Amino acid sequence: MRKALLFIPFGVFVVLGVLFYMQLGKDVHYMPSALVGKPLPEFQLVPLESSELVGHESLPKGPYLINFWATWCPSCSIEHEYLMALAAEGVPIVGIDYKDEADAAKQWLLDKGDPYAVVLQDEMGYFGVDMGVTGAPETFVVDSQGRVAYRHQGVVNEAVWQTLQGYMR
Amino acid sequence: MIWLRIILLTCLGLGVSLPALAAEELLHFDNPAQEQRFQVLVEELRCPKCQNQNLSDSNSTIATDLRDQVYRMVVRGDSNEQIVNYMVARYGEFVLYKPTQKPSTFLLWYGPFILLGIGAVIFVVVISLNKRKKGKA
Repeated sequence: MRKALLFIPFGVFVVLGVLFYMQLGKDVHYMPSALVGKPLPEFQLVPLESSELVGHESLPKGPYLINFWATWCPSCSIEHEYLMALAAEGVPIVGIDYKDEADAAKQWLLDKGDPYAVVLQDEMGYFGVDMGVTGAPETFVVDSQGRVAYRHQGVVNEAVWQTLQGYMR
Repeated sequence: MIWLRIILLTCLGLGVSLPALAAEELLHFDNPAQEQRFQVLVEELRCPKCQNQNLSDSNSTIATDLRDQVYRMVVRGDSNEQIVNYMVARYGEFVLYKPTQKPSTFLLWYGPFILLGIGAVIFVVVISLNKRKKGKA
């Protein structure tokens, strides 16, 4: 009986070891969006190509992507080519020019091509805060009911699109 | 030697006072109570981009933006609860250094006390067993 008690610390060690081992390799930067399942927040933003405030009426019908990007963001130029390919396939993408300058953004789209159905300027980053954005690039899937279905932080590529696609309905 | 000490002390002093000075320069509060609330909030809210820094410590752009947002809300007269709810609605409970009490955070809040209790029980049991042994001998 006494001897059995001596094994308690070892047992605790094994349990903790298994617990910690299971946590290894987890992506510590992964953060689920607080907005998933909720309707897209209201906004009043100015499109890149005009000077009038617009709201939800400027958004595409049916499922679409919202892509936060900026000319100051290196990863954004990496994913740009893939966004062009998605746009060519007919995927509607709403661009949010996040904390950026309009002239630089226009030049960027001239140089690299414009994959966006519409580009809205979020110069102060207020819409970014409403969407729970922590940086650029970030991409959201909005479903046909206008609800946020998924959020991806970082570059969009073929592998990420496989996941995003599942939420486009 | 004495010079080295003076230089080190000066550096320490600068390090402490510079951020405080900068913050006071930029932000104007209607009264000291507002400033106090702002300081508490930016210390209790966690930067969503960083692993373990609060809004006041982080220099990332999003932390700066969120500090500004807290400032605007404090000056506008929003309550602490409104400000915290605003952040949680957008960034989730991740931003809370003080998590809310609910079933999933039960162990987080009371785990240490439970462990302390178990320890106390074991302590008492071992002591009383030893006493009994001594009594027999």
